[in-house]
Amino acid sequence: MFGYYLDLALRSLKRNRMLTALMVVAIALGIGACMTTLTVLHVLSGDPLPGKSARLYYPQIDPQDMDGYQPQNEPPLQVSWTDGMNLLHAKRADNQALMTGGSVPIQPEQSSLEPFYDDARYTTAGFFAMFEVPFLYGRAWSEADDDGSARVAVLSRKLNDKLFGGADSTGRTVRMEDVAFRVVGVIDDWRPNPHFYDLFSARYGGEESVFVPLTTAADLKFGRNGSMDCWGKGSGDNMKTATCTWLQLWVQLDSPAKAAAYKDFLIHYSQEQKAIGNFQRPPNVRLRNLMEWLDYAKVVPSDVRLQVWLALGFLLVCLVNTVGLMLAKFLRRSAELGVRRALGASRRSVFAQLLVEAGTVGLVGGLGGLLLAVAGLWLVRRQPVNYAALAHLDLPMLATTFLLAVGATLLAGLLPAWRACQVTPALQLKSN
Amino acid sequence: MQTGLILAALRKHRLATLLIALEIALACAVLCNACFLIAHRMGLTRVDSGVDESALAVFKIDGFEAAQAGDLNARMLAGLRAVPGMQSASVVNTAPFGLPTGNAGINLDREGKRFGGVVGLYLDGPGSFEALGLRLVAGRAPQTGDFQPMVGFAPKDSQVVVSHTLAEHLWPGQDPLGKEFWSGDYHFRVIGVVAHMARPGAGEGGTGTIEWSVFVPTQPGPNLVGTYLLRAAPQDLPRVLRDAKAAIARAVPDVVIDHENSRTLGDLRERYFRSDRVMASLLVGVVAALLGVTALGIVGLASFWVQQRRRQIGIRRAIGATRGDILRYFQTENFLIVTFGIALGMLLAFALNAMLMRFYELPHLPLAYLPAGALALWGLGQVAVLGPALRAAAVPPVVATRSG
Repeated sequence: MFGYYLDLALRSLKRNRMLTALMVVAIALGIGACMTTLTVLHVLSGDPLPGKSARLYYPQIDPQDMDGYQPQNEPPLQVSWTDGMNLLHAKRADNQALMTGGSVPIQPEQSSLEPFYDDARYTTAGFFAMFEVPFLYGRAWSEADDDGSARVAVLSRKLNDKLFGGADSTGRTVRMEDVAFRVVGVIDDWRPNPHFYDLFSARYGGEESVFVPLTTAADLKFGRNGSMDCWGKGSGDNMKTATCTWLQLWVQLDSPAKAAAYKDFLIHYSQEQKAIGNFQRPPNVRLRNLMEWLDYAKVVPSDVRLQVWLALGFLLVCLVNTVGLMLAKFLRRSAELGVRRALGASRRSVFAQLLVEAGTVGLVGGLGGLLLAVAGLWLVRRQPVNYAALAHLDLPMLATTFLLAVGATLLAGLLPAWRACQVTPALQLKSN
Repeated sequence: MQTGLILAALRKHRLATLLIALEIALACAVLCNACFLIAHRMGLTRVDSGVDESALAVFKIDGFEAAQAGDLNARMLAGLRAVPGMQSASVVNTAPFGLPTGNAGINLDREGKRFGGVVGLYLDGPGSFEALGLRLVAGRAPQTGDFQPMVGFAPKDSQVVVSHTLAEHLWPGQDPLGKEFWSGDYHFRVIGVVAHMARPGAGEGGTGTIEWSVFVPTQPGPNLVGTYLLRAAPQDLPRVLRDAKAAIARAVPDVVIDHENSRTLGDLRERYFRSDRVMASLLVGVVAALLGVTALGIVGLASFWVQQRRRQIGIRRAIGATRGDILRYFQTENFLIVTFGIALGMLLAFALNAMLMRFYELPHLPLAYLPAGALALWGLGQVAVLGPALRAAAVPPVVATRSG
């Protein structure tokens, strides 16, 4: 029966090309706009570490003084050196890392390369295992390297290609800010998006070329990037004693019970610090997991959400338009439908026939919409925004395109089809 | 005269009429809000920075020790001033639309009880005030003695110039000259007010605070080094900047020039507002597509109606209606439906605006957008219906005599 209806639908659609084209164009435009914006939203709000993100947490505590204190305020979004090191060394989580971003001058040995600045991450040994960073050569540095401020570095694949022509460079030397660092590892391509572990630098497309121990970077006073919030006596010269929050702490907690226990530990730590006079405020802690943290930090640009709303509004207009056109199309065939009804077709089968026709329009419109979305995404990639390069259609979004197109058109076809089924066969046969 | 007739006919096509009206209503709501967003975005990009943008450029370097600042600043300024066409070069921390390096929360009392907001600080060296071309409306410009050395992030005790907008925010209706404010231990006293002065970045608190900036006369030193403000005649500026890069690469080879942030203020401004312009052009695209789709829908349905009523049209023609009568019939019909849609659309427009205001920092939809949107849709409807209506008017009276 479906095949017959499909045949009828195609014949009917061919009979009135103008109206069919109008419907297909309307659906294609609406779907194209929607899928372009939805794909961008989908890419930007994706999970940067699927399978692992639910076990990664971002602890926050409140070490500030009583100036401007209000209960229920959000604690600082980063931690100070003192607290970060205390929590790191407490080792209450399954894994933990403390970090900040920066940029360092790299002085290649080859005279053919000019010295250049590159993005760096100053972190601790746990970073690589916790975030499941893939290694091409060598391995991460050890906790002993952290404790001893060792001059060791892990390079990105890109930097390794640039400096060592892609060869296994473990054991070789890289000079940064006039200090020799021993390469202990080279990581493979690794670009989690969003750049979840440090939202205070580029939120998308961020990529570090070199990783060095945080303690080493602090000792050598490497330049840091990102945000810093100070209170009381503020930063001064020594970042290790500053009353400023400027580091990101991440912990891995493998079960909800452990997460609850860690939150208790944070409260306990705050109380302890208050008791010895380091903290002034009552304990105020947060422990969000990775996706909750991205959500709280509103990592998806508000413009992207606005564009999705606009596109949905546009699709709605296109659909109402299609409903009207389909109504015209179906009613025009009242006579034909009257004949089918008179020959014994039930209302239900006429209804099904018309819906097949609507679905066909949706499918063709979806195909057009897909082409428009591909073109739209190509335009997005040419925009000067930091997430531009990420805007690609993936398989789930491809499926969504057709589901949305056919679903929306079927929905739009319901009313006209129902209305067309109401024709009285006798009346249609009599007139004309 | 025809209106009664038309309404009676429309009552027979309630569903189709309702659909067109609904489409017009949705289009009206989206159109008004999209146009409003476009105007809002474009308004942002037209902010008056208050400085001579066409004559200014920023020059930024990296890769030096803060300890060598005094020597470095002197070498840099000497190198820059030697470039032919350079009118002035001075040490600054940043420039309008440049990197927002000096944001600070300020208080109106020493105890820090009355919070004034987060302002942008221009910590600029001698010569920069004149170079920027800021227009003083009250008080005086900073003089040589006002330039104090940095202690931490700013001078301890500064005589500053503020923008008119900031003065009105901090001391509404009062004379701002001589007023004081604090940021932590740092003390600031107002000696002058300028008409306009945009902050380096939009900063916290949104777009209403774009002119919350303070000019702090500062002595170059270890904490104020590496960023320079160049001034040249507008037509020479691109060449002067290019020459300056070459000259510095020769004269001060031990530093790295930050090409990304060494640009003319025009370039910096263009970069600063790029995403707003992209969004605005996207909205224009949506509006165009929306109007196109709506027009196509009207054409489609009107054509259907005309075809369906060929016999009635023929009969009307046969009993004396002129072509003009038939044309006007379809035009009036369209006008009535669109009017109905617009009435509904205005309510929808306000609902949509209220929703957007909850999520985005947007003012109320100004009432003027509604008549403008209505006019646009009336016009669109008339243009779209013209083709089918002309076809209807061309139906010959003889059709009435044919059976079908």
